[in-house]
Amino acid sequence: MNPVIDFVEHVLRPLWGLWVMILFLGIVFWAYRPKNKGRFDSYGDIPFRDDDKER
Amino acid sequence: MFKQHKYVETNVFVLAVGILLTVIIGGLVEIVPLFSMEATIEKVEGVRPYSPLELEGRNIYIREGCYLCHSQMIRPFKDEVERYGHYSLAAESKYDHPFQWGSKRTGPDLARIGGKYTNDWHVRHLINPRDVVPESVMPGYPHLKRPLKYDDIAADMMALRVTGVPYTDEDIKNAKADLEEQVRSDSSDAAIAKRYPKARMGAADGNPKTITELDALVAYLQVLGTMVDFTAVDPASIRR
Amino acid sequence: MIAATAALGQRAETSPYLDDVVKKFVLAAVFWGVVGFFVGDYIAWELAFPHLNLDLEWTTFGRLRPVHTSAVIFAFGGNVLIGTSFYVVQRTCRATLFGGAGLGNIIFWGYNSFIVMAAASYVLGMSQGREYAEPEWWLDIYLTVVWVAYLIAFAGTIMKRKEAHIYVANWFYLAFILTIAMLHIGNNLAIPAVFFGGTWWKSYSLYSGAQDAMTQWWYGHNAVGFFLTAGFLAIMYYFVPKRAERPVYSYRLSIVHFWALIFLYIWAGPHHLHYTALPDWTQTLGMTFSVMLWMPSWGGMINGLMTLSGAWDKLRTDPVMRFLVTSVAFYGMSTFEGPMMAIKAVNSLSHYTDWTIGHVHSGALGWVAFVSFGALYYLVPKLWGRKEVYSLRLVGVHFWVATVGVLLYITAMWISGIMQGLMWRAYDNLGFLQYSFIETVEAMHPYYVLRATGGVLFLTGGLVMAYNVWRTIRGDVEAAGAVRQSVATAR
Repeated sequence: MNPVIDFVEHVLRPLWGLWVMILFLGIVFWAYRPKNKGRFDSYGDIPFRDDDKER
Repeated sequence: MFKQHKYVETNVFVLAVGILLTVIIGGLVEIVPLFSMEATIEKVEGVRPYSPLELEGRNIYIREGCYLCHSQMIRPFKDEVERYGHYSLAAESKYDHPFQWGSKRTGPDLARIGGKYTNDWHVRHLINPRDVVPESVMPGYPHLKRPLKYDDIAADMMALRVTGVPYTDEDIKNAKADLEEQVRSDSSDAAIAKRYPKARMGAADGNPKTITELDALVAYLQVLGTMVDFTAVDPASIRR
Repeated sequence: MIAATAALGQRAETSPYLDDVVKKFVLAAVFWGVVGFFVGDYIAWELAFPHLNLDLEWTTFGRLRPVHTSAVIFAFGGNVLIGTSFYVVQRTCRATLFGGAGLGNIIFWGYNSFIVMAAASYVLGMSQGREYAEPEWWLDIYLTVVWVAYLIAFAGTIMKRKEAHIYVANWFYLAFILTIAMLHIGNNLAIPAVFFGGTWWKSYSLYSGAQDAMTQWWYGHNAVGFFLTAGFLAIMYYFVPKRAERPVYSYRLSIVHFWALIFLYIWAGPHHLHYTALPDWTQTLGMTFSVMLWMPSWGGMINGLMTLSGAWDKLRTDPVMRFLVTSVAFYGMSTFEGPMMAIKAVNSLSHYTDWTIGHVHSGALGWVAFVSFGALYYLVPKLWGRKEVYSLRLVGVHFWVATVGVLLYITAMWISGIMQGLMWRAYDNLGFLQYSFIETVEAMHPYYVLRATGGVLFLTGGLVMAYNVWRTIRGDVEAAGAVRQSVATAR
């Protein structure tokens, strides 16, 4: 147990801000890449594609 | 890499694993080290497991939801220390399963209520708070006058031992006798007083014949915050 | 089969989805909402007039408070969440519910019987003594089984979907289901006394003191984060676009919103333990992440609000839309207030006072309940095959009564909380504490009355909703009034 915790303490903790930042920027980059724009925009229409009959 | 992201959003298993990994990190980093780091709990003398009667009292405290209006955690501020006493240490609740630090003070903090009022005051206050504090908004608890059911107190202590409370075989064997003796004996030479130092002896409600829920709850309240003798604690040793 | 029936032009009045079980959750939500608001308001009056505790063991504040919190969070909120999730997942996946009516009913009756048993157990004095995790070990195990069935039905429906992409609302629902499972199991590990021949219902937490406090608030705060936030954001991401009849403002923002929110939220628990005996490094982590949490929260709020861009007139014409949009605004307000209160200096004043209670209710009433009302008013006519609710005018009445109630509530709690916090730390000229504790309790009285009055208004709104829902289901339509006509022309 202790070596694992030491690892978390000594490696992850001093740099956690960096890890979080890299991860966050990665997600932002992925979401906002121009290549993905059309694809994601079309996903926004999913709620309007159900098989409910309009009443 | 971005092809793989498409995989994430179209496969519910991958999405689920992604979610679990994301939400697990915070808990691991914040909780796991608390169990091993020596710094979590200060080294002070005096904190002991609750006596059987106090434990029953504590269970009544939990049953009635006292923690919803009373905290047991004095913060290190000038006004709190002056109002309630020395700020609370982690060591003082190390045998508290569960903790009762609370989150709201509709009533005052109780971390060091022990010894501040007489048994008689507590009994009257619990039965009808407005008898002794006219402005109080606390409910009355007249039903605590009923006899305490304590036949299986040893089982509770055995369960607690599994969680890490250091009850000895002897403590458990004598549980019921200790509970009765704490109410019925006034002597500080009694076995119970040796096993559980500072336990408040005697029947809170003045009737040692019947052991009531009041006896148990008051015994618990009277020991709160009294286990550590802060006059003998070197402040540097508990600083973090 | 679905395609075949649709092609034959049959079942024109119904949908191809399994909605009977959704109906049950909707009705249960309305019922539990009224019950939960009532109990909450009753205990609010108890704090103003303690004689209302009746000197009976079953009716004291300490035993009824968990009944209130469980009834509004787990009963009202839970039924809204499970019901809407079944409605949304079927439609956004274009698939019927996995497990069919059988599994759906097991989940419905299993979950609601859990709530009844939990409420009864608190009244009878069975409690673990940990906030929002009061149910004892046997109820915890029972709920775990029901929850796994829920996960199977939900994830199973996603697996049989016809839509390639999993819509973002389902991400939020899935995060809610999985994380609540993790928190529930992790936090409730306990040793039952019955293993040693003791009382059958009683258990002792595996953790103690500081560790128990951290585990409990890791659970407690993320019950807010994943039950009351992630789950209801899923509702926002489906029902706001549907009611506004336009897609979410930015789908890409919703992706960033999702991952940032679920990552940051889980760390915020220690802000409930500022200046306690919990080690300082943990408190600092909790504070830092709580402040960062402000960003994704507002990202989500902007995404919800901006979905209305180009259709702002609906706010004026459609009271259901007004509920949904106001809820998002309240979400923005409480997710600004929350990070602020997580700053240690602010927390030193606000902690242990009514300010916290006010904050919780601005989120719970303004955000969670309002978005639920919006979703329920949207759902009821759809599920029972009506054009619209019985009376949009009454929806408007509900909206205003509830809004005034919430504002009364949170204003009273701000004043009482800050006032009591300041009184506790006030010194007189001679350097003594100026107020005894009981003097600060006395000073709270007018605000407790005001708060409970706000509660009466909120409960009244709930009753108006119940009436409106009942009439809608009966198939009634309110006689055409001026309001109704203006709505019709606006469409």
